Amino acid sequence: MTTEPQADPRPVRTAAEQAFAAMLAAAPADGSSRIGALRRDAAAAFLRNGLPHRRVEAWHYTDLRALLRAAPPRAPGDAAPAEAIAFPRAARVTLTDGTVGPLPADLPPGVSLLSLADAIAADHPLLDRLGAEAPDRYDAALALNTALLGSGVVLHVAAGVTVERPIQVAQVVTGGTSVFTRLLVVVEEGASLSLIESFEGPAGVPYLDDAVADVFAGDGAVLDHVRVQAEGAAATHLGTLGIELGRAARYDLFVLTLGAALSRLTVRGRFGGPGSHMGVRGASLLAGRCHADVTLFVDHAVGGCDSRELFKTVLADAARGVFQGKILVRPDAQKTDGRMMSQALLLSGDAEMDNKPELEIFADDVQCGHGATVGALDGKMLFYLMSRGLPQREAEMVLIQAFVGEAVEHVADPAVREVLVARMAAWLAARG
Amino acid sequence: MLDIRNLHARIGDKEIIKGLNLTVPAGEVHAIMGPNGSGKSTLSYVLSGKEDYEVTAGSVMFDGRDLLALTASERAAAGVFLAFQYPVEVPGVANMTFLRAALNAQRRTRGEAEISTPDFLRLIKEKAPPLGISQEMLRRGVNVGFSGGEKKRNEVLQMALLEPKLCILDEADSGLDIDALKVVSEGVNALRSPERSMLVITHYQRLLDHIVPDVIHVMHQGRIVRTGGKELALELEETGYAAYGADAA
Repeated sequence: MTTEPQADPRPVRTAAEQAFAAMLAAAPADGSSRIGALRRDAAAAFLRNGLPHRRVEAWHYTDLRALLRAAPPRAPGDAAPAEAIAFPRAARVTLTDGTVGPLPADLPPGVSLLSLADAIAADHPLLDRLGAEAPDRYDAALALNTALLGSGVVLHVAAGVTVERPIQVAQVVTGGTSVFTRLLVVVEEGASLSLIESFEGPAGVPYLDDAVADVFAGDGAVLDHVRVQAEGAAATHLGTLGIELGRAARYDLFVLTLGAALSRLTVRGRFGGPGSHMGVRGASLLAGRCHADVTLFVDHAVGGCDSRELFKTVLADAARGVFQGKILVRPDAQKTDGRMMSQALLLSGDAEMDNKPELEIFADDVQCGHGATVGALDGKMLFYLMSRGLPQREAEMVLIQAFVGEAVEHVADPAVREVLVARMAAWLAARG
Repeated sequence: MLDIRNLHARIGDKEIIKGLNLTVPAGEVHAIMGPNGSGKSTLSYVLSGKEDYEVTAGSVMFDGRDLLALTASERAAAGVFLAFQYPVEVPGVANMTFLRAALNAQRRTRGEAEISTPDFLRLIKEKAPPLGISQEMLRRGVNVGFSGGEKKRNEVLQMALLEPKLCILDEADSGLDIDALKVVSEGVNALRSPERSMLVITHYQRLLDHIVPDVIHVMHQGRIVRTGGKELALELEETGYAAYGADAA
């Protein structure tokens, strides 16, 4: 979400902010290229604003300046490929500590996958898609990622091409480092793709994963996008996802949040042409003292589009969930249909959920709605299941899976859905 | 099979079961009739282990075991089945998945092997059609969008699959028209056997025309106040519960 420039007399003062400033200072300067200018502007934006804090509205519930105590050093960038979450049939490229591993050799015609470093070296025209918005409006996660741009992947699907196998961009962090990666995905007119992103790392090691994806789906394109955040329990995950749709495009995102001590995912979707659909759904399963924030901004910049947002949050122990969602319907965006819902299930009296759904509507002929619920497991349902023989733990698991199932059922590929369901079941089983 | 002695139970500060004695031998169908508020439904919940109720005195022996020491799921595995007056809707859990999970959970608790998929499908194919339960109802969420009659039939299907030793039917006829009542009671009657006991809780005599009990008990103010044969139902239909100090409800 866009952060208004904040006047702060001492923007860089905490240990983490100073560490980030040192990373920016150590990054090689890059003369006059467009990417070089983008990096410089983004670095300036970070140095001007520092980390967002609770007085910055979009970060009110996730005071990054207070919560992020330190920033580990940047990963060296020569890691050997690590094992990642496997999805059946998927063609996978793994980024280990930001180092791009071997690219899948058997991609179908019309699909190109290359490392961001190679794209930058070749001054690839697709890179013009980056930085459409001025960096002075970037928040810290996006500003740092852009200022340190270099590690990542560029994926292009040519017009009219249907990619049968899912393509997975897997990120694995192996130690206590800070990793900044960028994924640029362009699905051209009439093409279709199933994209999976996954994020994971070691359990006991504090590390920082700042991952940004810029996704463009052209006219009539179809894109199913699954994002699995299964970071280690001590990690910080800062995710930013920008989505831009052409006309009559269909985009469905499913976000599974399972890990990290501190995580924030900012999703910004924008309709660039009429007749398009955007589904943004997710499930977050949070335990311990973990804090997970999902913040959405859906911009109905043109009319005749529909958006569906559904987020399910399950909170155990002293976990804290945050959902912020805003649907903006601009003055000429008539016939907009937007529905947003956030539902949370509290499994413990110490857990906390903050819901902030918002509608901002400037057109008059629209259908929009939002809702938010927070509750415990239904005692009547629980007794019904137990009276049929399900032990309490199993009955609870069945009800929790049904609760999150409403969001995960929208994942189109049954094989992908199965992996997600298994991951959630493993989380529930581990809760003990 | 079931032996209840001097049972006292309360919810919050309110005592509802006040010294109830009841014995149901194996193979017998006993009806419990009584006015509203006499504690009939509470008895069914106490027997099936709902945690909202607290047993303050007395004992319940079931099949030689102390029933009150078991959790709700353990009681189910031991053979207690409560057919709910108002079966609960469980969205997001497919009926078929639920039926299998229940059957396997009971088998695991009893230390038995889980049922295989083909065996389970065969079982469903045998038990569901006589109760008029379609494939579509098996695919839907448990009881979700079911009519009153469909919910009751689904209860009987669960009973038929789980093969309990003691069936407690709480107002099995409520919300049923005469055709639905026939399907439900035929389903229940088909489960009558020398090894299985039933406790049929009802306010009205009507149900007992279809599920004919061996013994009828009258419950009032948390106790059994009269016990007799099936002719007792007709007598109650004539005189109402007024003789027991209750308003005609």
